[in-house]
Amino acid sequence: MYTQAIDLPGPKPDPAERTAPVAENPEYRAGFEAKLDRGEFIEAKDWMPEAYRRTLVRQISQHAHSEVVGMLPEGNWITRAPTLKRKSILLAKVQDEGGHGLYLYAAAETLGVSRDDLVEALLSGRAKYSSIFNYPTLNWADIGVIGWLVDGAAIMNQIPLCRCSYGPYARAMIRICKEESFHQRQGYDLLLTMMRGTEAQREMVQDAVNRWWWPSLMMFGPHDSESQHTGQNMRWGIKRISNDDLRQKFVDATVPQAEVLGVSLPDPELRWNESRGHHDFGPIDWAEFWNVVNGHGQCNRERLAARVKAWEEGAWVREAALEHARKRAARRAA
Amino acid sequence: MDRKEWPLWEVFVRSRNGLDHKHCGSVHAPDAALALQAARDVYTRRMEGVSLWVVRADHIVASDPEARPEMFDPAADKIYRHPTFYQLPAEVDHM
Repeated sequence: MYTQAIDLPGPKPDPAERTAPVAENPEYRAGFEAKLDRGEFIEAKDWMPEAYRRTLVRQISQHAHSEVVGMLPEGNWITRAPTLKRKSILLAKVQDEGGHGLYLYAAAETLGVSRDDLVEALLSGRAKYSSIFNYPTLNWADIGVIGWLVDGAAIMNQIPLCRCSYGPYARAMIRICKEESFHQRQGYDLLLTMMRGTEAQREMVQDAVNRWWWPSLMMFGPHDSESQHTGQNMRWGIKRISNDDLRQKFVDATVPQAEVLGVSLPDPELRWNESRGHHDFGPIDWAEFWNVVNGHGQCNRERLAARVKAWEEGAWVREAALEHARKRAARRAA
Repeated sequence: MDRKEWPLWEVFVRSRNGLDHKHCGSVHAPDAALALQAARDVYTRRMEGVSLWVVRADHIVASDPEARPEMFDPAADKIYRHPTFYQLPAEVDHM
């Protein structure tokens, strides 16, 4: 999955983003810019401008947090999956999301931040994660729609990140993108199965599509005109395609998929525009978007509380494992 | 907040016999056995490997990227080390 919050500044300064009081060497700067111009990757120990490092820490860690929080709305349905097959699939998918979070935390740590600092930023509410996970999963069709639309939007967003200028992030994204395709296809497959079922099942699918469509479009983030860091991030090769272009691509790709599925998308203004060669679509409710980003969505509190609980209740296990390792090392040394 | 962070391990995977182990990422774990377990769960969920190495990240000695010119340039002025340095008659040039 994906965070759209990449260009949303944190509300408070983040200790994970401590700035090193190092004067910038113009020669290093020129070398860095030249590497970007040649389309080369920047690697962990290479010199980089402090703002580039900070932007990456914020973006990669927000992305990691989104993966981890993203396990919650789907995890909710593991025990209620209708068949063993669907339960196995959902378990594998949720495990993947956890894995994606771990690839990304590892990539962020190459920039000199500690895992504990990153986790602390999430649990304290200082760090952001994708607003999409603050919506509830009300029925089984939601699991299919999350795969189809939410993971579909994530794939649109993430494929350009495989060419991101920061090597460890780009490599993590390649791994993630390979796995996301399974997520999207299993979701669509789940929905196809329901659409071939009873009238009540078809209504469930349509209801889920109605609720997830707009939040999925919001995943691409604010309009380009409102997006604060787009220019700089494009220059740095952290962002390759603008929010609005990606959103358009997603709409164009999704409309025919909705037709095959036999559902409507809840937008009366959605129609093919021959002259643009794209679909036109209605205005997005940005007040809702900012409301959710700023912590007032339906599930913000519940999601964070679940993460805090998991972290706190796991503390004794983490400590015991470390103590066990210490004891064994001491015994070997003796 | 718990500040007792597990150490970092770098993970290397051999995707199949005949190929080298290749770095693929890192995990946090309290000891080697759990590092291997975590590496398996995180990096080989889809038959990506037949063999895993984990090594404590603080045991890796790396070259300094700032010293790249001194470290690697000496090779650039020894072009006679490359087969393309030698101009041979066309009849035998596929040698």
